[in-house]
Amino acid sequence: MTAPYRAAITGLGAYLPERILTNAEIEKIVDTTDEWIRTRTGIRERRVAAPEQATSDLALPAAQEAIKNAGLTPQDLDLIIVATTSPDMIFPSASCYLQAKLGATCGAFDLAAACSGFAYALSVAEGFIKSGIYKHVLVVGAETITRFIDWKDRGTCVLFGDGAGAAVISRSMDGHGILASYLGADGNQSEILQIPAGGSRIPPSADSVASGQHYIRMAGPELFKIAVKTMDQAVRKVLAQENLQVSDINCLIPHQANNRILQAVADRLEIPAEKVFINVDRYGNMSSASTVVALYEAVKTGVVKKGDYVVLVAFGGGLTWGASLIKW
Amino acid sequence: MGVAEKITEIIVEQLGVKPEEVVPEASFVDDLGADSLDTVELVMAFEEEFGAEIPDEDAEKLQTVGDAIKYVEEKTSQK
Repeated sequence: MTAPYRAAITGLGAYLPERILTNAEIEKIVDTTDEWIRTRTGIRERRVAAPEQATSDLALPAAQEAIKNAGLTPQDLDLIIVATTSPDMIFPSASCYLQAKLGATCGAFDLAAACSGFAYALSVAEGFIKSGIYKHVLVVGAETITRFIDWKDRGTCVLFGDGAGAAVISRSMDGHGILASYLGADGNQSEILQIPAGGSRIPPSADSVASGQHYIRMAGPELFKIAVKTMDQAVRKVLAQENLQVSDINCLIPHQANNRILQAVADRLEIPAEKVFINVDRYGNMSSASTVVALYEAVKTGVVKKGDYVVLVAFGGGLTWGASLIKW
Repeated sequence: MGVAEKITEIIVEQLGVKPEEVVPEASFVDDLGADSLDTVELVMAFEEEFGAEIPDEDAEKLQTVGDAIKYVEEKTSQK
């Protein structure tokens, strides 16, 4: 497929809830310590949405910033995709709430790929742009994932945070933009990371609530090994599509799950630590919002510059994984 | 360098322990202070060093330094 144009990110936005939850505060909730959390995960603090904020409320300011930075108005959008694993409701989709709040009139849908959600949504948007179907697609990764955490489980409650990031994807005629994308999944490993109840398999009931089945369950060690291997492979796959090497990457934007995963991925790729963007220390794992918020911060702080090769890579429940190679 | 020496070197590096602590009867978790992710990282380091896949069900059985040395020696001699 050789379209006369590429799909490029023309505007970025992010929103982090004001409330900061520090490790010291978590020490008072469960049996853990700031030192343990920092050395085992690299996380110092995370953001938590206000009680009245749902996922579309976090998505709105991020989306407005991205649209403004792209030089557009909500009326210019042709499609809205919200990647989330913590939507406002089972249905309607968070994207429909966002569409109304933005005052947009285009189509809107949610995409479920857990922590890989933004990578998946970016790839879908790329397809709509390169095929010529649409000119401007808004892609959002937004989560109020802390609503689905068991605050009695010290193994998981320290890891997650709320937040939102947004990107406008439009046509690029000058060679910049998304050069290659790769998506992967392995549904046989669904039990490693999931929220078991609330869907049609285990509908909500007094029992499902009492037994804590609406909370995130994670088999950390199993996940670690697969995450490191698949992110390593995904990065190499998108590079290979353009005959590039790991050494050509100017900035790697990995899903921010845990600093130790990031270090292990960097070691396997043999990429210097200073080329790996990390903000997990400030936000924890924001699921689908992690990669796009990291990209936003990398661009805003000048870490990513025009002409740079940027690789975005994510991994999450499903299992799912994905990567995109972008010439900035 | 033999398998035992190489494994000792990897354990010292991954867990930040002294070489003299890495004796065959030392348990990764109880004696060398490894947590669940440390043990996964160790297994991944063994896999990389010796070019062998170590399935999760095998990895669970590697509780001590001696277990790991014996396992890798058997695994590499099959090649």
